[in-house]
Amino acid sequence: MFFNDEFETMPRPALEALQLKRLQSVLERVYANVPFYRTSLDRAGIRPSEVTCLDDLQKLPFTTKQDMRDSYPYGLFAAPMDEIVRIHASSGTTGKPTVVGYTHKDIEIWSELMARSFVSAGAHKGDIIHNAYGYGLFTGGLGAHYGAERLGASVIPISGGNTKRQIMIMQDFGSTVLTCTPSYSLFMAEEARAEGVDFRNLKLRVGIFGAEPWSEAMRGEIEEKLNLAAIDIYGLSEIMGPGVAIECIEAKQGLHIWEDHFIPEIINPETGQRVAEGERGELVITTITKQGIPLIRYRTRDITSITYEPCVCGRSHARITRMSGRSDDMLIIRGVNVFPSQIEAILVGIEGVEPHYLLVVDRAENLDTLEVQVEVDERLFSDEVKVLQKLAKRIEKEIKDMLGVTCSAKLVEPKTIQRSEGKARRVIDNRKL
Amino acid sequence: MKVEQISIFIENKSGRLAEITRILGDAGINIRALSLADTSDFGILRLIVDDVETAKTVLKERGFTVSKTEVVAVEVPDRPGGLSSLLQTLDAGQINVEYMYAFVERCGGNAVIIFRFDETDKAIDSLKGSGFTILEGERLYSL
Repeated sequence: MFFNDEFETMPRPALEALQLKRLQSVLERVYANVPFYRTSLDRAGIRPSEVTCLDDLQKLPFTTKQDMRDSYPYGLFAAPMDEIVRIHASSGTTGKPTVVGYTHKDIEIWSELMARSFVSAGAHKGDIIHNAYGYGLFTGGLGAHYGAERLGASVIPISGGNTKRQIMIMQDFGSTVLTCTPSYSLFMAEEARAEGVDFRNLKLRVGIFGAEPWSEAMRGEIEEKLNLAAIDIYGLSEIMGPGVAIECIEAKQGLHIWEDHFIPEIINPETGQRVAEGERGELVITTITKQGIPLIRYRTRDITSITYEPCVCGRSHARITRMSGRSDDMLIIRGVNVFPSQIEAILVGIEGVEPHYLLVVDRAENLDTLEVQVEVDERLFSDEVKVLQKLAKRIEKEIKDMLGVTCSAKLVEPKTIQRSEGKARRVIDNRKL
Repeated sequence: MKVEQISIFIENKSGRLAEITRILGDAGINIRALSLADTSDFGILRLIVDDVETAKTVLKERGFTVSKTEVVAVEVPDRPGGLSSLLQTLDAGQINVEYMYAFVERCGGNAVIIFRFDETDKAIDSLKGSGFTILEGERLYSL
């Protein structure tokens, strides 16, 4: 089953010809409209008109999250603001978020790609889609929502949280498709069990899970506990949001990336050179149809590999493997992107000093937990319990306010956080994915 | 009039008190009084010792976070209602007690209570005015 047969099954020669045409067009647009790209292409000594085959893409410079930060908020937009109809944002490496804008056409394409993704996962018109991705600046909620409507399914915009109510609604409304983070689905399963609700009596058939890394083992657990087919979806706000790539229910082996809108490359993150098909490296994406904020060779920092082998489902689009890590130190905690540098900045802001700290990430009852350990030195120490407790509460509150992630602050004795030579170890991730 | 107390930050994990007392013992330091304030995650150990500077130095050398705090040692008649009369005096003077603990040894017929006030000087004046005896640091350390 396809949503758009023509494009999803387009023979590769035609697909690649289309990619080249669209690549040339987007390069002309960013060169004309975005000073950042004019400068970076000039510096690389290449004109858009000199890109005559897809391999020429390798001659173009990368775009990084730092470039987006330097252009905060709208510097990389290629369309005038009066054509931007939606703005989303995700967290950046320091306080400021990464901002993206969508034209009406961008929203249309995003909706179609999400609709394609739903069909790829085995959903169809007539399904009742229980959308528990967060609605807001985060792209998850609205991205899935528009795709569900485009598909013609009934969407329940439940957003995240209030798990008991979620379970009641799934039961009473007869939800057939669930969209949320994989860890939240397991949390729901535990809550349902506590409430005496058996997922085998629910109508859920398919779950589409993304926004955080997960594993095959976790898929097995989700499929068993929620009694549905669990499908991996990939996306990032810089590129579009959810629906950049998704597994097909026929194979569940790799995520088809919608190549008529995105050109994927896998590079060695150290050298920047492309690696061979099937070899692991960092995913780099060029958006070839976006108007609001097209990105050329965007470094996603996600580690994967790619295959162009034909798939049993009939889609001609390449498949990337499940994301297996990051080429930077970004953590994804309950779907929220967190960089250790952000927490460091908050800690420095609190007492004006740079304390020794350690982030301990774990997963308890299927929900990610973050513990921020801070060494109490003489600058932070007080003889009074209430002052220290207030310090811990303040750290928790500032991190929640700035990053939107709940954590527990733990004050520890000096020198208890391991110091290694050179780079300090700032993160211990105990999650077993 | 004021007494120097050292405060040490400790995590709630086994062996920390033993470690601190061992360090002090090895340095020949005698603990005169102690109190431990604790939460589920951490504690603050407060000590009156016979050699404040050495105690502070040896503990810091071993990586502990240590601070010095000024507290007040007050003699309390060792009879029913003894402490109550003292606290009533403080209450009347609107003086807040941040924390307090009792001394392990008696001083003559009296007990000794260690106080940490939010306004130390005002507390001393008020207590002396009401006839309470405030112990000098030197006398306390050598009790």
